[in-house]
Amino acid sequence: MKTSEAAENEGLLVRRIKNGTVIDHIDGGEALNVVKILGITGATQEALSIATNVPSRNMGRKDIVKLTNRELSKEEVNRIALISPHATINIIRNFKVWEKKGVEIPQVIEGIVRCPNPGCISNTNEPITSKFEVTPKGLHCKYCDWVITKDLTSHII
Amino acid sequence: MKGGVRTQHIISIGDFNRDEIDRLLDHAGQIDKKQFDPDALVGKILAVLFFEPSTRTRMSFESAMARLGGTSLSVGSVDACSMAKGETLADTIRVVSGYADAIVIRHPKEGAARLAAEFSTVPVINAGDGAGQHPSQTLLDLYTIRQSMPIDGIDVALVGDLRYGRTAHSLASALSLYNARLHTISPTGLELPATLAAELRDNGTEIVEHDDISEVIPNVDVLYVTRIQRERFPDSASYFNVSSSYRITPELLENARKHLIILHPLPRVDEIDPRVDESPHAKYFEQSQNGVPMRMAMLLQVMQ
Repeated sequence: MKTSEAAENEGLLVRRIKNGTVIDHIDGGEALNVVKILGITGATQEALSIATNVPSRNMGRKDIVKLTNRELSKEEVNRIALISPHATINIIRNFKVWEKKGVEIPQVIEGIVRCPNPGCISNTNEPITSKFEVTPKGLHCKYCDWVITKDLTSHII
Repeated sequence: MKGGVRTQHIISIGDFNRDEIDRLLDHAGQIDKKQFDPDALVGKILAVLFFEPSTRTRMSFESAMARLGGTSLSVGSVDACSMAKGETLADTIRVVSGYADAIVIRHPKEGAARLAAEFSTVPVINAGDGAGQHPSQTLLDLYTIRQSMPIDGIDVALVGDLRYGRTAHSLASALSLYNARLHTISPTGLELPATLAAELRDNGTEIVEHDDISEVIPNVDVLYVTRIQRERFPDSASYFNVSSSYRITPELLENARKHLIILHPLPRVDEIDPRVDESPHAKYFEQSQNGVPMRMAMLLQVMQ
């Protein structure tokens, strides 16, 4: 059996996947939040591997998430940018990297984050989804003008 | 505001640039001089949807509509409308926009007017949404200031509950377009929200915080007083302690600048001594009356 260090050197800390998505270069410690922002829970079907705090030449330490048999859409990919703007996405088909892409911070995010303002109309039974504009200061609620400046992941629906 | 074929709404003062505000104030000025067509909105219907109590805002919108020849429809009390049966605001708006040519809405939830604009096929005017926006009040506040002095570069003191008071928030944002310097005086815990203060400072607005109202009065051109609500305090004694230290009296005004004006969105409770009403500084009743020409200008803007 290989030592974990040896496996790490070969980039095999978590097993290769045949088909799916590898999210690499996630900021160290953010993997679980990436999983959360993608809406993956114990009740969903994906086979999931997570490596956290893997040594990285460029980043010091990084996290990796591998999703079997699921290719992320552009919209899903861009959600990741909110918490880990340096992440890279590799779409894997038949063990090969089919497509490699970075993440882009979206201008508007809908239905992913809940407005922390209890008085906001988006926190009622109205038939709307939350809408936030991404600004340099943070996420700006399009309904009540509240700005989320920190701890974004705790507001993910 | 964007023109063209899109329905025009008035939701937040932040949606306006300075030229657009100035044009509306100019138009209100003309209306004040009776330069308007009293039949401009004949045949038009304004739906007045107030889900919170109001006297001045509601009556002045209805008065503005009547002076332009139009008609207002209202739901009466909130208890009597379908919202009390659990209907969503979105459904109410979809239905009401089929009955009227414009909707004026006041609602306890922040962002309610923005939601209404999404679902309405006719223009929506926000008449106050929770602790959020109240653009018609801000416009009439600016209009009242401009009747006494040019707004550019003036010193304005905001006094009272600056945390929950939507009129103070909207006015502060609008004044930053005019390079006004803001002075804030508020009880502990009721200060201007930090995010708003940061945004105003980022826009280049100078904000000076004060503890003592007497030190501010000699140095400002406008004193904007807001109501300190009793329910913000744990007991009556602490409320009276605080509110008495923010009360405007004739004695406090002895060292005021000659042209100082005192504004208050009303209703007032204890914040301004009734003896101040006789002073030439007191402009809050004129301010309230200015609601009519200002709202006439707004109705004409969205319905013509």
